Amino acid sequence: MLKLNNVSKSFGGLPALSEVSFEIRTGQLTALIGPNGAGKSTLINCITGVLAPTSGSLRFRDLELAGMPPHAISRAGIGRTFQNLKIFPRLSVLDNVLAGLTCEAGHSMVMAMLRLPYLRHRERRLKLRALEALDRFQLAEKANWPAGVLAYGDKKRLELARATVGNPHLLLLDEPVAGLNAQETAAVGEQLRLLRGKGHTMLLVEHDMELVMEIADQVVVLDSGRCIATGTPDQVRRNPLVLEAYLGRLEATA
Amino acid sequence: MTGKQKFFYFLYLHRTGLTVIGLSLALVLFPLVENNPYTLGLTNLIAINAIVVLGLNLFIGYAGQISLGHAAFFGLGAYGSAIATVTLGVPPWPAMLLVAVLVALVALVVGIPALRLSGHYLAMATLGLNFVFHIILLQWDAVTGGPSGFYGIPYLSIGSFVFDDEVRLHYLIWTVAMVCLLLCLNLVRSGVGRGMAALAGDETAAAALGVDTRATKVKVFVLSALLASLAGSLYAHTYAFISPDSFDIFAATDFAIMVVVGGMGSIWGSLFGAAVMTMLPEWMDLFDNYKDLVHGGILVLVLMFLPQGLVTGLIDMIKVRLALRRHKHAQAE
Repeated sequence: MLKLNNVSKSFGGLPALSEVSFEIRTGQLTALIGPNGAGKSTLINCITGVLAPTSGSLRFRDLELAGMPPHAISRAGIGRTFQNLKIFPRLSVLDNVLAGLTCEAGHSMVMAMLRLPYLRHRERRLKLRALEALDRFQLAEKANWPAGVLAYGDKKRLELARATVGNPHLLLLDEPVAGLNAQETAAVGEQLRLLRGKGHTMLLVEHDMELVMEIADQVVVLDSGRCIATGTPDQVRRNPLVLEAYLGRLEATA
Repeated sequence: MTGKQKFFYFLYLHRTGLTVIGLSLALVLFPLVENNPYTLGLTNLIAINAIVVLGLNLFIGYAGQISLGHAAFFGLGAYGSAIATVTLGVPPWPAMLLVAVLVALVALVVGIPALRLSGHYLAMATLGLNFVFHIILLQWDAVTGGPSGFYGIPYLSIGSFVFDDEVRLHYLIWTVAMVCLLLCLNLVRSGVGRGMAALAGDETAAAALGVDTRATKVKVFVLSALLASLAGSLYAHTYAFISPDSFDIFAATDFAIMVVVGGMGSIWGSLFGAAVMTMLPEWMDLFDNYKDLVHGGILVLVLMFLPQGLVTGLIDMIKVRLALRRHKHAQAE
């Protein structure tokens, strides 16, 4: 699905990512972990086009993502959620989800101004899909609320609903359970499992090890901009390099 | 559902269309009730301003940008129509369309580089644009008539029906204004409109949802310039006389104030903002000397206490209250 080959990114000579390579396979949930400052966010930004990689290639299906603008990458079928929530607080909950279907709603301003019948039909279909998505994330009753009023956990789920409603080929989740309590975390974990069951391919950036080890098919570990381990949760858990990155050098603590 | 519930649901479902129809009916009947030419002149001016404010509100309230230069596009429309009809002898209606297309092109050429800026920088750039435009109007008197203005612009007409008195102008101008209103309402309720609202909310998030942020900003800018130009042409043909001072930077900030009073991203608010700010000087005679002071004061107060604008700010507050109250009720049960 997405193949990263020697992706590097440096900011004014300071390397944030150096030669990161791994592959996200269709239908799998890949988790990206690493200590703070490991380059996880930079990598996400490179995949979504917010940043252009300094070198290396990112093959997504038949496309090269490096150099593409964010909206084109989104239209190619990569959806995402944000670490620090980016919902639209003034829009209604329903409109927030509908915003996730912008690509399918049509781009012509003139057609939109004339509100031709085919657009009205399409609008009705999109609204139904948005309501279904809200239903999946237990937000249907709050469809008409301004999204800014929602509680934190609801906002997190709203972002998930918005990111998944367009059925992206690849879904990037940037810390979806950060700041949630155990019960809410379990609920989101359940959601992710459901999404994977439906065949969604996902890249999960997460600090919550318990969640990662429980649901990931593949774990990629970054440390100081380098990919130090790739494998199943069990393989990664036993990898001495990973233990070192997380717990510090054994000789230093001994 | 009972009949009564059905009725209210119908009202709710078609609230936008019904409001448009209601307002249109009121406007059709208005000259029968009120035939004072002075009052009609004032409401006509409201409609002209409203056309500018509709476009500007799309740009400020939906695309999330700022322009303090829309009096320039308004003026380009007015002077364009004046020069095309009087100096070049083009018939008024084709002239109006031609000028609108030219102004849209100007906006495109200006917009592509200017919209790389945002915030204060964009405000300064558009203010500068308006300033330059005003100086050209004053200095290039061979073409524009200079500080003394441009006289003798013909009235619009359809066949032998000339729009030369306030009642006839009322129907003409309000028809155009209502059509513009309807088009804008359609736009904001579409997918494109949601993309625009997303852009105003958060540019990164909008891009991640597939909104081409740069193209959308430029498109909305061009659309708003087009509407301003149209309003300018109507203005020229209504008053038969135009002078540079109607298109200076204070006029430009007044348009921005109308948007702010009406509320960012509120199409109906645009109408309200245009009405209030057009009528305000009429309500207070004293006001004339302190007009800019009072307008500035209104701008500061609204932005301090209701940064989303007066109407939108109040509606937002009500929506939040309602949602919270319903939530409490639901929990109590």
